[in-house]
Amino acid sequence: MSDWRPGATRAVLQARGALLGQLRDFFARRQVLEVDTPLLARYGVSDPAIEPLRVLAASAGGPTNPGRPAQFLQTSPEFFMKRLLAAGVGDIYQLGKVFRDGELGARHNPEFTLLEWYRLGFTLDELIDEVGTLVAACLGRSHWRRISYQTLFAQHLGLDPHRASAEMLARTARDQLDLGGLAVDREAWLDLLMSHCIEPAIAADGLVFVYDYPESQAALARCIRRDGVRVAERFELYVDGVEIANGYRELLDPEELERRAALDNARRRRSGREARELDPRLLAALRSGLPDCSGVALGVDRLLLLQLNAQRLDDVVPFSAERC
Amino acid sequence: MASYSTNEFRSGLKVMLDGEPCSILGNEFVKPGKGQAFNRVRLRNLKTGRVWERTFKSGESLEGADVMDIAMEYLYTDGEFWHFMEPDSYEQHQADAAAVGDAGKWLKEQASCEVTLYNGTPLSVTPPNFVELEITETDPGLKGDTAQGGSKPATLSTGAVVRVPLFINRGEVIRVDTRSGDYVARAGKS
Repeated sequence: MSDWRPGATRAVLQARGALLGQLRDFFARRQVLEVDTPLLARYGVSDPAIEPLRVLAASAGGPTNPGRPAQFLQTSPEFFMKRLLAAGVGDIYQLGKVFRDGELGARHNPEFTLLEWYRLGFTLDELIDEVGTLVAACLGRSHWRRISYQTLFAQHLGLDPHRASAEMLARTARDQLDLGGLAVDREAWLDLLMSHCIEPAIAADGLVFVYDYPESQAALARCIRRDGVRVAERFELYVDGVEIANGYRELLDPEELERRAALDNARRRRSGREARELDPRLLAALRSGLPDCSGVALGVDRLLLLQLNAQRLDDVVPFSAERC
Repeated sequence: MASYSTNEFRSGLKVMLDGEPCSILGNEFVKPGKGQAFNRVRLRNLKTGRVWERTFKSGESLEGADVMDIAMEYLYTDGEFWHFMEPDSYEQHQADAAAVGDAGKWLKEQASCEVTLYNGTPLSVTPPNFVELEITETDPGLKGDTAQGGSKPATLSTGAVVRVPLFINRGEVIRVDTRSGDYVARAGKS
Protein backbone atom coordinates (compact mmCIF):
# COMPACT_ATOMS: atom_id res chain seq x y z
CA MET A 1 0.00 0.00 0.00
CA SER A 2 1.72 3.16 -1.23
CA ASP A 3 -1.21 5.59 -0.90
CA TRP A 4 -0.30 6.26 2.75
CA ARG A 5 2.03 8.83 1.19
CA PRO A 6 0.88 12.42 0.56
CA GLY A 7 0.01 13.39 -3.02
CA ALA A 8 1.92 16.66 -2.68
CA THR A 9 5.71 16.77 -2.52
CA ARG A 10 7.53 18.73 0.17
CA ALA A 11 8.24 21.52 -2.35
CA VAL A 12 4.51 21.73 -3.13
CA LEU A 13 3.62 21.84 0.56
CA GLN A 14 6.09 24.70 1.00
CA ALA A 15 4.43 26.58 -1.87
CA ARG A 16 1.05 25.83 -0.29
CA GLY A 17 2.13 27.18 3.08
CA ALA A 18 3.57 30.28 1.42
CA LEU A 19 0.33 30.86 -0.51
CA LEU A 20 -1.81 30.61 2.65
CA GLY A 21 0.54 33.14 4.27
CA GLN A 22 0.35 35.44 1.24
CA LEU A 23 -3.48 35.39 1.32
CA ARG A 24 -3.60 36.25 5.05
CA ASP A 25 -1.02 38.98 4.54
CA PHE A 26 -3.09 40.52 1.71
CA PHE A 27 -6.11 40.90 4.00
CA ALA A 28 -4.12 41.98 7.03
CA ARG A 29 -2.70 44.88 5.01
CA ARG A 30 -6.21 45.85 3.94
CA GLN A 31 -7.58 45.56 7.48
CA VAL A 32 -10.03 42.80 6.65
CA LEU A 33 -10.74 40.68 9.73
CA GLU A 34 -10.18 36.93 9.66
CA VAL A 35 -13.10 34.90 11.05
CA ASP A 36 -13.58 31.17 11.52
CA THR A 37 -17.26 30.27 11.46
CA PRO A 38 -18.69 26.78 12.16
CA LEU A 39 -18.40 23.96 9.63
CA LEU A 40 -21.14 21.89 11.25
CA ALA A 41 -24.63 23.36 11.35
CA ARG A 42 -28.32 22.56 11.28
CA TYR A 43 -28.91 24.20 7.86
CA GLY A 44 -27.21 24.05 4.50
CA VAL A 45 -27.57 25.98 1.26
CA SER A 46 -30.58 25.51 -1.02
CA ASP A 47 -28.50 25.68 -4.24
CA PRO A 48 -30.06 23.42 -6.85
CA ALA A 49 -26.70 21.89 -7.84
CA ILE A 50 -24.70 21.81 -4.60
CA GLU A 51 -25.08 18.88 -2.25
CA PRO A 52 -23.83 19.09 1.33
CA LEU A 53 -22.69 16.14 3.43
CA ARG A 54 -25.06 15.18 6.21
CA VAL A 55 -23.50 14.28 9.55
CA LEU A 56 -25.04 11.78 11.95
CA ALA A 57 -23.94 11.20 15.52
CA ALA A 58 -22.23 7.82 15.82
CA SER A 59 -24.22 7.09 18.97
CA ALA A 60 -27.84 8.19 19.08
CA GLY A 61 -28.62 10.97 21.51
CA GLY A 62 -24.98 11.84 22.15
CA PRO A 63 -24.32 14.80 24.42
CA THR A 64 -23.77 17.36 21.62
CA ASN A 65 -26.72 16.30 19.53
CA PRO A 66 -29.44 14.88 21.81
CA GLY A 67 -32.50 14.03 19.77
CA ARG A 68 -31.76 16.76 17.23
CA PRO A 69 -32.03 16.42 13.46
CA ALA A 70 -28.97 15.63 11.35
CA GLN A 71 -26.54 18.46 10.72
CA PHE A 72 -24.75 19.52 7.55
CA LEU A 73 -21.09 20.17 6.85
CA GLN A 74 -21.02 23.63 5.29
CA THR A 75 -20.52 23.97 1.52
CA SER A 76 -19.34 27.56 2.05
CA PRO A 77 -19.23 29.91 5.05
CA GLU A 78 -21.67 32.29 3.32
CA PHE A 79 -24.61 32.08 5.77
CA PHE A 80 -22.55 32.49 8.93
CA MET A 81 -20.48 35.29 7.39
CA LYS A 82 -23.66 37.16 6.41
CA ARG A 83 -24.90 36.85 9.98
CA LEU A 84 -21.62 38.42 11.13
CA LEU A 85 -22.04 41.22 8.56
CA ALA A 86 -25.60 41.87 9.73
CA ALA A 87 -24.27 41.98 13.30
CA GLY A 88 -21.96 44.80 12.23
CA VAL A 89 -18.46 43.25 12.31
CA GLY A 90 -17.38 44.97 9.06
CA ASP A 91 -15.08 43.59 6.32
CA ILE A 92 -14.31 39.90 6.94
CA TYR A 93 -12.63 36.91 5.31
CA GLN A 94 -12.52 33.21 6.06
CA LEU A 95 -9.84 30.79 4.85
CA GLY A 96 -10.72 27.18 5.55
CA LYS A 97 -12.22 23.89 4.50
CA VAL A 98 -15.66 23.34 3.02
CA PHE A 99 -17.37 20.15 1.83
CA ARG A 100 -19.44 19.28 -1.24
CA ASP A 101 -20.81 15.80 -1.78
CA GLY A 102 -20.24 13.95 -5.03
CA GLU A 103 -17.61 16.33 -6.42
CA LEU A 104 -14.65 14.16 -7.28
CA GLY A 105 -12.30 14.46 -10.22
CA ALA A 106 -8.99 15.89 -11.38
CA ARG A 107 -10.08 19.38 -10.30
CA HIS A 108 -12.68 18.46 -7.68
CA ASN A 109 -12.30 17.06 -4.20
CA PRO A 110 -15.27 16.72 -1.80
CA GLU A 111 -13.26 18.56 0.88
CA PHE A 112 -11.42 21.65 -0.32
CA THR A 113 -9.94 24.92 0.87
CA LEU A 114 -12.04 28.00 0.19
CA LEU A 115 -11.23 31.67 0.66
CA GLU A 116 -14.36 33.77 1.05
CA TRP A 117 -14.52 37.48 1.77
CA TYR A 118 -16.99 40.37 1.99
CA ARG A 119 -16.37 44.07 1.44
CA LEU A 120 -18.80 46.70 2.71
CA GLY A 121 -19.86 49.31 0.16
CA PHE A 122 -17.91 47.66 -2.70
CA THR A 123 -19.56 47.57 -6.11
CA LEU A 124 -19.08 44.39 -8.12
CA ASP A 125 -16.49 46.18 -10.30
CA GLU A 126 -14.50 47.20 -7.22
CA LEU A 127 -14.54 43.63 -5.97
CA ILE A 128 -13.45 42.35 -9.40
CA ASP A 129 -10.44 44.66 -9.21
CA GLU A 130 -9.56 43.42 -5.73
CA VAL A 131 -9.85 39.75 -6.80
CA GLY A 132 -7.81 40.51 -9.93
CA THR A 133 -5.09 42.20 -7.85
CA LEU A 134 -4.86 39.27 -5.43
CA VAL A 135 -4.96 36.48 -8.01
CA ALA A 136 -2.56 38.22 -10.40
CA ALA A 137 -0.10 38.66 -7.50
CA CYS A 138 -0.39 34.98 -6.50
CA LEU A 139 0.11 33.78 -10.08
CA GLY A 140 2.70 36.32 -11.22
CA ARG A 141 0.34 37.74 -13.86
CA SER A 142 -0.12 41.40 -14.65
CA HIS A 143 -3.60 41.95 -16.07
CA TRP A 144 -7.15 40.66 -16.34
CA ARG A 145 -10.09 41.30 -18.58
CA ARG A 146 -13.87 41.44 -18.23
CA ILE A 147 -16.41 39.99 -20.62
CA SER A 148 -20.15 39.64 -20.17
CA TYR A 149 -21.78 36.21 -20.18
CA GLN A 150 -23.80 37.35 -23.18
CA THR A 151 -20.79 38.48 -25.22
CA LEU A 152 -18.96 35.27 -24.38
CA PHE A 153 -21.82 33.12 -25.73
CA ALA A 154 -22.22 35.36 -28.77
CA GLN A 155 -18.51 35.21 -29.62
CA HIS A 156 -17.95 31.50 -29.14
CA LEU A 157 -21.32 29.97 -29.94
CA GLY A 158 -23.18 32.65 -31.88
CA LEU A 159 -26.18 32.65 -29.57
CA ASP A 160 -27.85 34.88 -27.00
CA PRO A 161 -27.87 33.06 -23.65
CA HIS A 162 -30.64 35.28 -22.29
CA ARG A 163 -33.09 34.71 -25.14
CA ALA A 164 -32.22 31.37 -26.80
CA SER A 165 -34.75 28.59 -26.15
CA ALA A 166 -33.77 25.37 -24.39
CA GLU A 167 -34.15 23.56 -27.77
CA MET A 168 -31.75 26.02 -29.41
CA LEU A 169 -29.18 25.56 -26.64
CA ALA A 170 -29.56 21.77 -26.87
CA ARG A 171 -29.11 21.83 -30.66
CA THR A 172 -25.95 23.94 -30.37
CA ALA A 173 -24.54 21.51 -27.78
CA ARG A 174 -25.44 18.43 -29.88
CA ASP A 175 -23.73 19.92 -32.94
CA GLN A 176 -20.43 19.91 -31.05
CA LEU A 177 -20.64 17.02 -28.61
CA ASP A 178 -21.82 13.41 -28.41
CA LEU A 179 -24.55 13.60 -25.78
CA GLY A 180 -26.54 10.42 -26.43
CA GLY A 181 -30.04 10.82 -25.02
CA LEU A 182 -29.05 13.54 -22.54
CA ALA A 183 -32.13 15.40 -21.29
CA VAL A 184 -31.64 18.36 -18.94
CA ASP A 185 -33.36 21.68 -18.25
CA ARG A 186 -32.50 25.04 -19.82
CA GLU A 187 -30.14 26.07 -17.01
CA ALA A 188 -28.17 22.85 -17.31
CA TRP A 189 -27.83 23.31 -21.11
CA LEU A 190 -26.21 26.68 -20.36
CA ASP A 191 -23.90 24.97 -17.84
CA LEU A 192 -23.02 22.30 -20.40
CA LEU A 193 -22.14 24.84 -23.09
CA MET A 194 -20.11 26.86 -20.57
CA SER A 195 -18.12 23.91 -19.24
CA HIS A 196 -17.68 21.90 -22.46
CA CYS A 197 -17.41 24.56 -25.17
CA ILE A 198 -16.53 27.94 -23.69
CA GLU A 199 -14.07 26.98 -20.92
CA PRO A 200 -11.71 25.24 -23.39
CA ALA A 201 -12.06 28.22 -25.76
CA ILE A 202 -10.83 30.71 -23.13
CA ALA A 203 -7.99 28.49 -21.88
CA ALA A 204 -5.39 30.72 -23.58
CA ASP A 205 -6.90 33.99 -22.33
CA GLY A 206 -5.37 34.18 -18.82
CA LEU A 207 -7.55 35.89 -16.19
CA VAL A 208 -11.10 36.40 -17.47
CA PHE A 209 -13.91 37.82 -15.34
CA VAL A 210 -17.29 36.77 -16.74
CA TYR A 211 -20.10 39.02 -15.48
CA ASP A 212 -23.84 39.68 -15.91
CA TYR A 213 -25.04 36.11 -15.44
CA PRO A 214 -28.60 35.14 -16.41
CA GLU A 215 -31.14 36.02 -13.72
CA SER A 216 -31.91 32.30 -13.33
CA GLN A 217 -28.29 31.80 -12.18
CA ALA A 218 -28.30 34.69 -9.71
CA ALA A 219 -28.04 32.46 -6.60
CA LEU A 220 -27.73 35.16 -3.88
CA ALA A 221 -26.61 38.03 -6.14
CA ARG A 222 -28.64 41.16 -6.72
CA CYS A 223 -30.35 41.48 -10.09
CA ILE A 224 -30.50 44.56 -12.29
CA ARG A 225 -31.92 45.39 -15.72
CA ARG A 226 -29.33 45.89 -18.44
CA ASP A 227 -30.17 46.40 -22.14
CA GLY A 228 -33.70 45.18 -21.57
CA VAL A 229 -32.69 41.97 -19.79
CA ARG A 230 -32.64 41.13 -16.09
CA VAL A 231 -29.12 39.97 -15.21
CA ALA A 232 -27.44 38.96 -11.97
CA GLU A 233 -24.69 41.16 -10.54
CA ARG A 234 -22.50 38.10 -10.35
CA PHE A 235 -19.06 37.26 -11.76
CA GLU A 236 -16.92 34.19 -12.18
CA LEU A 237 -13.16 34.34 -12.56
CA TYR A 238 -11.60 31.91 -15.04
CA VAL A 239 -7.84 31.51 -15.14
CA ASP A 240 -6.57 29.70 -18.25
CA GLY A 241 -10.08 28.25 -18.63
CA VAL A 242 -10.25 27.01 -15.02
CA GLU A 243 -13.03 28.46 -12.86
CA ILE A 244 -11.60 29.67 -9.56
CA ALA A 245 -13.88 32.34 -8.04
CA ASN A 246 -17.52 33.33 -7.87
CA GLY A 247 -18.62 36.76 -6.62
CA TYR A 248 -21.85 38.72 -6.01
CA ARG A 249 -23.15 42.13 -5.28
CA GLU A 250 -25.01 40.63 -2.36
CA LEU A 251 -28.76 40.29 -2.24
CA LEU A 252 -30.07 42.29 0.76
CA ASP A 253 -33.85 41.83 0.44
CA PRO A 254 -35.20 39.11 2.81
CA GLU A 255 -38.38 38.61 0.77
CA GLU A 256 -36.36 38.05 -2.38
CA LEU A 257 -34.19 35.58 -0.42
CA GLU A 258 -37.33 33.58 0.47
CA ARG A 259 -38.52 33.71 -3.13
CA ARG A 260 -35.14 32.44 -4.44
CA ALA A 261 -35.06 29.62 -1.89
CA ALA A 262 -38.54 28.56 -3.05
CA LEU A 263 -37.38 28.62 -6.70
CA ASP A 264 -34.29 26.55 -5.81
CA ASN A 265 -36.46 24.02 -4.05
CA ALA A 266 -38.91 23.84 -6.95
CA ARG A 267 -35.99 23.07 -9.24
CA ARG A 268 -34.60 20.53 -6.76
CA ARG A 269 -37.96 18.72 -6.61
CA ARG A 270 -38.28 18.69 -10.41
CA SER A 271 -34.97 16.82 -10.64
CA GLY A 272 -36.00 14.39 -7.90
CA ARG A 273 -34.00 15.83 -5.02
CA GLU A 274 -35.24 16.75 -1.56
CA ALA A 275 -36.15 20.34 -0.78
CA ARG A 276 -34.11 22.25 1.82
CA GLU A 277 -35.42 24.44 4.56
CA LEU A 278 -34.16 28.02 4.44
CA ASP A 279 -32.01 28.86 7.47
CA PRO A 280 -34.38 31.00 9.62
CA ARG A 281 -31.44 32.75 11.30
CA LEU A 282 -30.08 33.89 7.92
CA LEU A 283 -33.52 35.24 7.07
CA ALA A 284 -33.70 37.00 10.46
CA ALA A 285 -30.24 38.51 9.83
CA LEU A 286 -31.38 39.92 6.47
CA ARG A 287 -34.57 41.26 8.07
CA SER A 288 -32.48 43.00 10.68
CA GLY A 289 -30.41 44.48 7.83
CA LEU A 290 -27.41 43.27 5.86
CA PRO A 291 -25.11 46.20 4.95
CA ASP A 292 -24.61 46.94 1.25
CA CYS A 293 -21.67 44.72 0.25
CA SER A 294 -20.03 42.48 -2.35
CA GLY A 295 -18.59 39.08 -1.59
CA VAL A 296 -16.60 36.36 -3.32
CA ALA A 297 -15.48 32.76 -2.79
CA LEU A 298 -12.21 31.54 -4.30
CA GLY A 299 -10.91 27.95 -4.57
CA VAL A 300 -7.48 27.97 -2.97
CA ASP A 301 -6.43 24.48 -4.09
CA ARG A 302 -7.11 25.44 -7.71
CA LEU A 303 -5.22 28.70 -7.24
CA LEU A 304 -2.19 26.65 -6.14
CA LEU A 305 -2.77 24.21 -9.02
CA LEU A 306 -2.54 27.12 -11.46
CA GLN A 307 0.45 28.66 -9.69
CA LEU A 308 2.38 25.38 -9.95
CA ASN A 309 1.09 24.41 -13.39
CA ALA A 310 -0.19 21.12 -11.92
CA GLN A 311 -2.94 19.06 -13.51
CA ARG A 312 -4.62 17.38 -10.56
CA LEU A 313 -5.70 18.55 -7.11
CA ASP A 314 -4.15 15.34 -5.78
CA ASP A 315 -0.77 16.90 -6.61
CA VAL A 316 -1.36 20.05 -4.54
CA VAL A 317 -3.24 18.95 -1.40
CA PRO A 318 -1.59 16.82 1.30
CA PHE A 319 -4.14 14.01 0.97
CA SER A 320 -6.95 14.03 -1.61
CA ALA A 321 -10.09 11.92 -1.10
CA GLU A 322 -8.50 8.92 -2.82
CA ARG A 323 -5.90 8.82 -0.02
CA CYS A 324 -8.35 9.29 2.86
CA MET B 1 -25.72 -7.70 -15.07
CA ALA B 2 -24.96 -4.97 -12.53
CA SER B 3 -25.32 -1.35 -13.54
CA TYR B 4 -22.73 1.33 -12.83
CA SER B 5 -23.20 5.00 -11.99
CA THR B 6 -20.95 7.70 -13.54
CA ASN B 7 -19.01 7.96 -10.27
CA GLU B 8 -18.09 4.26 -10.60
CA PHE B 9 -16.80 4.61 -14.18
CA ARG B 10 -13.15 3.56 -14.07
CA SER B 11 -10.66 2.89 -16.78
CA GLY B 12 -11.15 -0.73 -17.92
CA LEU B 13 -14.82 -1.02 -16.84
CA LYS B 14 -16.92 -2.73 -19.56
CA VAL B 15 -20.38 -1.26 -20.13
CA MET B 16 -23.20 -1.43 -22.68
CA LEU B 17 -23.77 1.80 -24.59
CA ASP B 18 -26.31 2.10 -27.42
CA GLY B 19 -26.47 -1.72 -27.42
CA GLU B 20 -22.72 -2.14 -27.99
CA PRO B 21 -20.12 -3.45 -25.54
CA CYS B 22 -17.61 -0.72 -24.67
CA SER B 23 -14.56 -0.34 -22.50
CA ILE B 24 -14.14 2.88 -20.49
CA LEU B 25 -10.80 4.61 -21.10
CA GLY B 26 -11.24 7.76 -19.03
CA ASN B 27 -13.80 9.70 -17.01
CA GLU B 28 -13.59 13.45 -16.39
CA PHE B 29 -15.89 15.12 -13.82
CA VAL B 30 -16.98 18.54 -15.10
CA LYS B 31 -19.04 20.96 -13.02
CA PRO B 32 -19.37 24.74 -12.91
CA GLY B 33 -19.29 25.71 -9.19
CA LYS B 34 -22.99 26.56 -9.07
CA GLY B 35 -24.06 24.47 -12.04
CA GLN B 36 -25.02 21.02 -13.24
CA ALA B 37 -22.42 18.25 -12.92
CA PHE B 38 -21.49 16.17 -15.98
CA ASN B 39 -19.09 13.36 -16.74
CA ARG B 40 -17.10 13.40 -20.00
CA VAL B 41 -16.33 9.77 -20.67
CA ARG B 42 -13.88 8.32 -23.21
CA LEU B 43 -14.87 4.90 -24.46
CA ARG B 44 -13.73 2.25 -26.91
CA ASN B 45 -16.34 0.26 -28.78
CA LEU B 46 -15.07 -3.29 -28.35
CA LYS B 47 -16.62 -4.48 -31.63
CA THR B 48 -15.37 -1.74 -33.92
CA GLY B 49 -12.39 -0.43 -31.94
CA ARG B 50 -13.71 3.13 -32.38
CA VAL B 51 -12.73 5.53 -29.56
CA TRP B 52 -14.93 8.53 -28.77
CA GLU B 53 -16.18 10.81 -26.03
CA ARG B 54 -19.73 10.89 -24.65
CA THR B 55 -21.08 13.28 -22.01
CA PHE B 56 -23.45 12.05 -19.29
CA LYS B 57 -25.31 13.84 -16.54
CA SER B 58 -23.55 12.90 -13.30
CA GLY B 59 -25.37 10.13 -11.50
CA GLU B 60 -26.69 8.46 -14.68
CA SER B 61 -25.86 4.79 -14.99
CA LEU B 62 -25.03 2.20 -17.63
CA GLU B 63 -25.51 -1.53 -17.60
CA GLY B 64 -22.35 -3.58 -17.28
CA ALA B 65 -21.31 -5.59 -20.35
CA ASP B 66 -20.73 -9.33 -20.05
CA VAL B 67 -17.18 -9.02 -21.33
CA MET B 68 -14.20 -11.02 -20.06
CA ASP B 69 -10.56 -11.09 -21.08
CA ILE B 70 -9.28 -14.67 -20.81
CA ALA B 71 -5.82 -16.09 -21.54
CA MET B 72 -6.19 -18.93 -24.06
CA GLU B 73 -4.01 -21.18 -26.15
CA TYR B 74 -4.35 -20.87 -29.92
CA LEU B 75 -4.96 -24.34 -31.42
CA TYR B 76 -5.48 -24.11 -35.20
CA THR B 77 -7.53 -22.53 -37.96
CA ASP B 78 -9.82 -24.43 -40.29
CA GLY B 79 -9.86 -21.54 -42.75
CA GLU B 80 -13.17 -20.16 -41.49
CA PHE B 81 -12.66 -20.13 -37.74
CA TRP B 82 -9.71 -19.81 -35.40
CA HIS B 83 -9.89 -22.23 -32.47
CA PHE B 84 -8.73 -21.41 -28.95
CA MET B 85 -8.70 -23.32 -25.67
CA GLU B 86 -8.87 -22.23 -22.05
CA PRO B 87 -5.82 -23.94 -20.49
CA ASP B 88 -7.48 -24.68 -17.14
CA SER B 89 -10.87 -25.99 -18.24
CA TYR B 90 -9.87 -27.22 -21.75
CA GLU B 91 -13.01 -25.43 -22.92
CA GLN B 92 -12.72 -24.53 -26.60
CA HIS B 93 -13.90 -21.36 -28.37
CA GLN B 94 -14.03 -20.54 -32.07
CA ALA B 95 -13.46 -17.00 -33.28
CA ASP B 96 -14.45 -15.70 -36.70
CA ALA B 97 -12.34 -13.49 -38.96
CA ALA B 98 -13.96 -10.32 -37.63
CA ALA B 99 -12.98 -11.18 -34.05
CA VAL B 100 -9.44 -12.31 -34.95
CA GLY B 101 -8.80 -9.37 -37.26
CA ASP B 102 -5.14 -8.41 -37.62
CA ALA B 103 -4.12 -10.75 -34.79
CA GLY B 104 -4.44 -13.70 -37.22
CA LYS B 105 -1.17 -12.96 -38.96
CA TRP B 106 0.80 -13.44 -35.72
CA LEU B 107 -0.86 -16.61 -34.43
CA LYS B 108 1.31 -19.70 -34.17
CA GLU B 109 -0.11 -22.93 -32.81
CA GLN B 110 0.15 -23.21 -28.99
CA ALA B 111 0.75 -19.44 -28.61
CA SER B 112 -0.87 -17.91 -25.54
CA CYS B 113 -3.29 -15.11 -26.48
CA GLU B 114 -5.83 -12.95 -24.73
CA VAL B 115 -9.33 -13.62 -26.03
CA THR B 116 -12.09 -11.17 -25.16
CA LEU B 117 -15.43 -12.93 -24.74
CA TYR B 118 -18.71 -11.02 -25.09
CA ASN B 119 -21.72 -13.03 -23.88
CA GLY B 120 -19.46 -16.07 -24.10
CA THR B 121 -18.42 -15.53 -27.75
CA PRO B 122 -14.97 -14.28 -28.87
CA LEU B 123 -15.16 -10.58 -29.66
CA SER B 124 -11.47 -9.87 -30.19
CA VAL B 125 -8.07 -11.57 -29.94
CA THR B 126 -4.86 -9.97 -28.68
CA PRO B 127 -1.68 -11.83 -29.69
CA PRO B 128 1.35 -12.02 -27.34
CA ASN B 129 3.46 -8.83 -27.46
CA PHE B 130 6.35 -10.84 -28.91
CA VAL B 131 6.18 -13.89 -31.19
CA GLU B 132 8.92 -16.07 -32.73
CA LEU B 133 8.21 -17.10 -36.31
CA GLU B 134 10.13 -18.78 -39.13
CA ILE B 135 10.96 -16.95 -42.35
CA THR B 136 9.56 -18.83 -45.35
CA GLU B 137 10.45 -16.37 -48.07
CA THR B 138 13.02 -13.59 -48.44
CA ASP B 139 15.80 -12.48 -50.79
CA PRO B 140 19.15 -14.20 -50.17
CA GLY B 141 21.26 -12.69 -47.39
CA LEU B 142 24.38 -10.65 -48.12
CA LYS B 143 27.58 -12.24 -46.77
CA GLY B 144 29.48 -10.10 -44.29
CA ASP B 145 26.70 -7.59 -43.86
CA THR B 146 25.98 -8.31 -40.19
CA ALA B 147 26.20 -4.92 -38.60
CA GLN B 148 24.23 -2.28 -40.43
CA GLY B 149 22.69 -1.39 -43.73
CA GLY B 150 19.24 -1.55 -45.23
CA SER B 151 16.33 -3.87 -44.79
CA LYS B 152 14.21 -6.15 -46.96
CA PRO B 153 10.77 -7.72 -46.75
CA ALA B 154 10.44 -11.25 -45.34
CA THR B 155 7.37 -13.48 -45.32
CA LEU B 156 6.80 -15.47 -42.13
CA SER B 157 5.22 -18.90 -41.66
CA THR B 158 1.92 -17.27 -40.69
CA GLY B 159 1.83 -15.15 -43.84
CA ALA B 160 2.81 -11.89 -42.11
CA VAL B 161 5.36 -9.74 -43.93
CA VAL B 162 7.92 -7.81 -41.85
CA ARG B 163 11.04 -5.85 -42.71
CA VAL B 164 14.25 -7.58 -41.62
CA PRO B 165 17.97 -6.72 -41.87
CA LEU B 166 19.73 -7.82 -45.08
CA PHE B 167 21.76 -10.56 -43.33
CA ILE B 168 18.69 -12.57 -42.26
CA ASN B 169 18.01 -15.71 -44.34
CA ARG B 170 15.11 -17.95 -45.21
CA GLY B 171 14.58 -20.69 -42.59
CA GLU B 172 15.73 -18.53 -39.71
CA VAL B 173 13.40 -17.89 -36.74
CA ILE B 174 13.00 -14.25 -35.74
CA ARG B 175 11.39 -12.38 -32.86
CA VAL B 176 8.75 -9.77 -33.79
CA ASP B 177 6.92 -7.15 -31.74
CA THR B 178 3.26 -7.66 -32.68
CA ARG B 179 2.20 -4.17 -31.48
CA SER B 180 4.41 -2.42 -34.03
CA GLY B 181 5.04 -5.27 -36.47
CA ASP B 182 8.80 -4.63 -36.12
CA TYR B 183 11.65 -7.16 -36.28
CA VAL B 184 13.38 -7.34 -32.88
CA ALA B 185 16.16 -9.97 -33.15
CA ARG B 186 17.05 -13.47 -34.28
CA ALA B 187 15.29 -15.91 -31.97
CA GLY B 188 17.26 -17.97 -29.48
CA LYS B 189 20.19 -15.54 -29.56
CA SER B 190 20.78 -12.57 -27.34
